[in-house]
Amino acid sequence: MPELDRFDVVVVGAGPAGLAAANAAAGFGARVALIDENELPGGQIYRASRGSISASVREVIEDLSKKSVVRFDGSTVFEAPSDGVLRLWGPRGTQDIGYRSLVLAVGGRELFLPFPGWTLPNAMGIGGLQALVKAGLDVREKRVVVAGTGPLLLAVGAYLLEHGARVPIILEQAPLKDLALFGAGLVRYPAKIGQGISLGRHIATRLRAGAWVERAEGSRAVESVTWRKGGKSFQTECDFLACAYGFVPNVELPQLLGCEIQDGFVKVDDQQLTSVKGVFCAGEPTGIGGVDLSQVEGRIAGLVAIGQDDQAEALFGKRESWKRFARSMDRAFALRHELMELSTPDTIVCRCEDVRAGDLVAWESSRTAKLQTRCGMGPCQGRICGPATQKLFGWTQGSVRPPLSPVPLSALGRPLDEIEN
Amino acid sequence: MTEVFDGIVVGGGIVGCACAYYLSERFPKVLLIEKGPVGGGSTAAGMGHVVVMDDSRAQFALTQYSQQLWNELFPQLEPSCEPRSTGTLWVAADEEEFSHVDGKRKLYESNGLRAEVLDTKAIREAEPHLREGLPGGLLIPGDSVIYPMTAAAWLLDQARLRGAKLLQGRAVVKMGQGKTTLDDGTTLDAHFVVNATGDRAQTLTPGLPITPRKGHLIITDRYPGYVRHQLVELGYLKSAHEMSNESVAFNAQPRATGQILLGSSRQFVGWDPGIDRNLIAKMVARATEYLPGIGSLSVIRTWVGFRATTPNSLPLIGSLQHDPATLVAAGHEGLGITTSLATGKLIADIASGVESKIDRNPFAVSVEVKS
Repeated sequence: MPELDRFDVVVVGAGPAGLAAANAAAGFGARVALIDENELPGGQIYRASRGSISASVREVIEDLSKKSVVRFDGSTVFEAPSDGVLRLWGPRGTQDIGYRSLVLAVGGRELFLPFPGWTLPNAMGIGGLQALVKAGLDVREKRVVVAGTGPLLLAVGAYLLEHGARVPIILEQAPLKDLALFGAGLVRYPAKIGQGISLGRHIATRLRAGAWVERAEGSRAVESVTWRKGGKSFQTECDFLACAYGFVPNVELPQLLGCEIQDGFVKVDDQQLTSVKGVFCAGEPTGIGGVDLSQVEGRIAGLVAIGQDDQAEALFGKRESWKRFARSMDRAFALRHELMELSTPDTIVCRCEDVRAGDLVAWESSRTAKLQTRCGMGPCQGRICGPATQKLFGWTQGSVRPPLSPVPLSALGRPLDEIEN
Repeated sequence: MTEVFDGIVVGGGIVGCACAYYLSERFPKVLLIEKGPVGGGSTAAGMGHVVVMDDSRAQFALTQYSQQLWNELFPQLEPSCEPRSTGTLWVAADEEEFSHVDGKRKLYESNGLRAEVLDTKAIREAEPHLREGLPGGLLIPGDSVIYPMTAAAWLLDQARLRGAKLLQGRAVVKMGQGKTTLDDGTTLDAHFVVNATGDRAQTLTPGLPITPRKGHLIITDRYPGYVRHQLVELGYLKSAHEMSNESVAFNAQPRATGQILLGSSRQFVGWDPGIDRNLIAKMVARATEYLPGIGSLSVIRTWVGFRATTPNSLPLIGSLQHDPATLVAAGHEGLGITTSLATGKLIADIASGVESKIDRNPFAVSVEVKS
């Protein structure tokens, strides 16, 4: 009988929030585990390019090992078989680890809103395309249309230009006046201004505000996009379309653990504690706020998890300031209603099960639609289409069942009896 | 003047939908009441195996009659109901089990059904992913598979095309003597009312001998052709009869999508909706005994459902002795998808006072019911 590997604090997710939590907790000598699906810690934002480890990631790794944080890289938490135990699938197969406190720093994912052609090859998310380029996709001389909403548009636009792509246009659905107000508000966030200016020079001429993709065209892959601005339609030829409408929180693991969800986000108190005893949550699952808010939330969670409440409280003011920033982003990049009306009856909504918009209009809830059309029943378990149907039809998502993500059948073959209590 | 229905069916699972389907052929004013989504209870947790089962003479008659009715409907069903002639392959785990195969074959053949004994070589040809060295099995080519939720919705749609009505989103809190009371206090009148609330039937008709029996299901990603027939271990009925707290039997179904649906487990644990990881592990171990390579296939979901179990494993189909206006169509255990259609026919026969094609006595609702 294998003995259960026990930790004072287990952190799930090694992005900004998770790294901050792990470092904070380990800094006081607690035994800390850090679990992440990727091969290396850092999350999407610090993701290293293939064949090289960026300086920031190397720094992160050194810091973690100095503090004896036990890393479970390339590992997916696929269920929570009993109180205080997570079950992982990773390089060593199925593994159970125990925790006294748990910090869920599981991040967010891009929001896709269906429009005709959005499932064509070479049409993908903004972060998705960036990750592919980091993994080795060559975009030199390729024409990439970047579209959607939010600061990531500009950041990835600049990144693609640096990597030799041609970026004919960047389509931001938010109107210029909201962007201008947001830009003016940046005065209060000096760090963000620096980022804003360095981005601005590269991309100002390419940015179209109040513009969005109506459809993507192409026979075997994307060849062009038709986009709309000021009541007129335009067409631009391209080799890739990177399009996403901001982020939605990953709340599946919190839900599986029984954490209360409020308005789509994990409900936490001042100390980042969820409704479940000993379970904390930090970063995007508690509200989309970006890297700085995630870091301070992660740090608070990590400190409270090991009883350093005073240290944590000292960070509350900083957190509030980044929350204000997040709220101003929410206002500036609020989604326009036209985006909810782009799909035709033929447009695929659920990619896994090939369910089209026309198949869904008859149903009154995600549950009925699921039973009758299999919408959301495929390998992604509604991760992609769930948020879309929520925006399009106002459907709320149902319960979460293990495995949280696909695992080999043999991973489910390990009885719980083997966990030594 | 309030409307009086010919018949009210309470419950929109596949059994209730089948009752509405056949009742609406004979009665103009039929109403089906469902509090949640159509086919959202045990129906959604059923495998959709349309199978002739030889557990008892009565069960054989009911399942065979049902299968004939399904075969009549197959050409009309929407493609989304995914009717597929997979056949059933009963797999013998050892020589002892294999020694009973020929007797089983004779039983099916004597009832006019095709049945074919496969030896150790033939069974591997039929299902290359089965473990090597299995002694053989019995193929029943006439069995099939459907998608239960869309089939239930289709049956109800047809009934509505014939004039039946659907009342959705309201729960029935009381029924009897032709009166049906809804959760908003409304009372509806009908000449007869059918309790088709499955595993919850004893709530509306106290005293029905129905116990929930929990089952777990596992579904994989798409692996078209990995399994070709509905595979069931010959020990399945042994497992179904096991009245102990828990039993597991190998059952694998090829879905139209190429996914593999894995059963089966049986547990008496009340209404606990949680996933039992130990039981899932036993199901995986069982499936791996028969399909040694299946452990590497990707699993995307597990879920549970509840079967409405009766002491003799036969559904309750009939009227109450003390209240002939109340009909019961419940207690279909693990066979409700198959037996829904024959149940609907029998209920329609009872309501219209005609003889049925099969003997209804084994399914009569006994006087165990307390008033």
